[in-house]
Amino acid sequence: MKKMQTSLKKNIRENTYLLAGMIITGAVLLLIIVGLFWMPYEPTMMNASEKLAGISLRHPMGTDNMGRDVLSRVMYGSRITLFIAIGTVLIGAVMGTIIGAVTGYFGGMLDEVAMRIIDALFAFPSILLALVIVSVFGTGWLQLLLSLGIAFIPSFARIVRGEVLRCKSMDYVENARLIGVSDLRMIFVHILPNIKGVMASSIMIGFNNAVLAEAGLSYLGVGSQPPYASLGKMLSDAQQYMFTAPFYVLCPGVVIVLMVLGFAFLGEGLARWK
Amino acid sequence: MEIILDVTDLHIEFHDHDVPEVAVEDFDLMLGKGEIVGIVGESGSGKSMSALAIAGLLNRKSLKKSGRIMFDGNDLLTCDRKTLRSYQGDEISIIFQEPMTSLNPVKKIGWQVEEPLFIHHPEVTKPERKEKAIGMLKAVGLENAEDVYNMYPHELSGGMRQRVMIAAAMIGDPKILIADEPTTALDVTVQAQIVELLKRFNKERKTSIIFISHDLSLVNQLCQRVIVMQHGNIVESGKTSDVFTHPRDIYTKRLIAAIPRIDLNT
Amino acid sequence: MIESPVLRVKDLNVFYKNNKSRFFSKNKKIQALFDVSFEMEEGEVLAIAGESGSGKSTLARAIVGINKDYTGQIWQKYENPQMVFQDPYSSLNPSKTIGWLLEEPLRVDKKKKWSRREIDDRVKEIMEEIELPLSMLGRYPAQLSGGQRQRVCIGIALMRSPGLLIADEPVSALDVTIQAQVLELLENLHKKHGISIIFISHDLRVVYKISDHVMIMKDGHVVEYGDTRSVYKAPQHPYTGQLLKAAGIC
Repeated sequence: MKKMQTSLKKNIRENTYLLAGMIITGAVLLLIIVGLFWMPYEPTMMNASEKLAGISLRHPMGTDNMGRDVLSRVMYGSRITLFIAIGTVLIGAVMGTIIGAVTGYFGGMLDEVAMRIIDALFAFPSILLALVIVSVFGTGWLQLLLSLGIAFIPSFARIVRGEVLRCKSMDYVENARLIGVSDLRMIFVHILPNIKGVMASSIMIGFNNAVLAEAGLSYLGVGSQPPYASLGKMLSDAQQYMFTAPFYVLCPGVVIVLMVLGFAFLGEGLARWK
Repeated sequence: MEIILDVTDLHIEFHDHDVPEVAVEDFDLMLGKGEIVGIVGESGSGKSMSALAIAGLLNRKSLKKSGRIMFDGNDLLTCDRKTLRSYQGDEISIIFQEPMTSLNPVKKIGWQVEEPLFIHHPEVTKPERKEKAIGMLKAVGLENAEDVYNMYPHELSGGMRQRVMIAAAMIGDPKILIADEPTTALDVTVQAQIVELLKRFNKERKTSIIFISHDLSLVNQLCQRVIVMQHGNIVESGKTSDVFTHPRDIYTKRLIAAIPRIDLNT
Repeated sequence: MIESPVLRVKDLNVFYKNNKSRFFSKNKKIQALFDVSFEMEEGEVLAIAGESGSGKSTLARAIVGINKDYTGQIWQKYENPQMVFQDPYSSLNPSKTIGWLLEEPLRVDKKKKWSRREIDDRVKEIMEEIELPLSMLGRYPAQLSGGQRQRVCIGIALMRSPGLLIADEPVSALDVTIQAQVLELLENLHKKHGISIIFISHDLRVVYKISDHVMIMKDGHVVEYGDTRSVYKAPQHPYTGQLLKAAGIC
């Protein structure tokens, strides 16, 4: 444990990416966590007398076109965005890992069929794919989460399959087979722990893609429904007031950028972990 | 004997971790014209590091080098890049252990053998270059040199690739050939042929050879002088026959004792 | 005919596919071994020598059952032959500790349920056999030297006391002084437990040191088989002579 701590300290000191990533992600998380317990205003509370107000002590990020406090809405919205992104990556990574590991390990016809299906899915951009799924399931944040999650499965499956194929040809896998390790144990106990490095960075990248995809889809209007808003939905609502109330656009935009940047740095920092 | 390479007090240090790691310490080597010197040691002994330094291939920022490597009136450690470049691949050539990875897989053999000529002697015309390359491929014992000229590395066996490497290294008629474990990845019968080939070049062209190996019996067959290294230090050096029959250093003794002895008469 | 054989191989032909099974391509089979037959006495060390591509590793893989695509017979006295591979850097799972790796053969043992206590005792016993300190149990393979790793590989192979151990170039990737130590370890284990060993190597000096019988292979064929000493003294096949000469033996 102590060793772990010193190695963490050393990494933070020498690894600028890790440090930057932790600070930025920490700031965004702080915003969300504080928002769980306290927000300056109810995010849905309208105030007709304060439409599109600028920055003030009463409204640190101004108000929107319905007089709602933008800071509160950003706090709430980033919570939704983060939740959707985490859910998406979770579904994509878990399902993708299982599919990739099983097909890569067993190979043969199963692998062939599964990979052709995944190739076919790859032929569509994941946002388009998610749009199709949403149009089947209907709109709403849960539907959005599910459809994005499914759309993210192929890329994870591909990555895991490649890594499993690489590990499968190593002598230690053959060694384990000789001592009588069963197939399932081989996949989950002997092979998968060896690809956690690759998994960590693809999860980070996947997370970023998920944040952006969520923002994009919400912008198109298929995500969370009013009066609640994710960051992407806020952006799309705000665009027509870009010049009259710039902070209404900037605030959710900056939070999205910070979220993506923070996780990108974290991913890079983890990849350089010594 | 004319001395063509004089290395004194070579010191190489790694600085990529908290504590600097010494890779080579107080390495001295005088190489005469037409001489074959063996550097023997186990992995991590610094033998390859020293050779790479002589070839001017250690340019990493995290490396600290000191000492002198005198060649042709220049110190290879301190001279500018241009001078160094003019020697590399022409006056000083190097061949590596892995014939599988030291050839470029997407270029034809002919191109790879000609490349040093193209770089160092642009005055040589294309047909001349081709002629020279094919001559060189023949000289390294590739009989169907014209065919090999148009082949890709993956079409050749390991032994043939190593011959191609030697051809590319020898095409500029270098004064010094550095051979870093050139036979380790090869089968024994092929190994013996490559050693013969090096011997022949040494004799016919008076090329000086620095032969790096962990295999004492090979060094014994090929080298006039030997340097034994351990943990970055030279522990013993001298005439090969002396070192082998009367090793003074305890590590040399251990190395020699580690070769399984074969006595067919008992 | 051998009195108490531990392994009998008869007319063995081994194939491998040069392509993985794919939808759109026909599988081409390549024959890697041709009519290999031999017997091995219990408790002996049989060396299989040859150059790369001679089929010596293919033979080992067929015997331990990694390659199942063969015709002919392989009879073994004991189940579960174990194998030690050439490259100690890829034959240990990098994400597991040495202790975990040594325990694994017992955890997955189908014949016997090992208690925690028994596992610990066996691990200690094996660590003593392979001459490594118990403090290494908590380390990861990357923290060990090549020689130490190869000892661990030997230890893993010995955990369930196999009747036959196949060592595929076990010292080729090691430094000479380390080579000598690992060979000595194998010899000691052989003397102490009488375990039968198939020792695969391209190094004829090492072969001479360790083996009772030697089988020389070339391009998938056995070209010579016999008592090691007599083969070295009077090789019958010209290729054997060529190999010996190249190794500087005669």
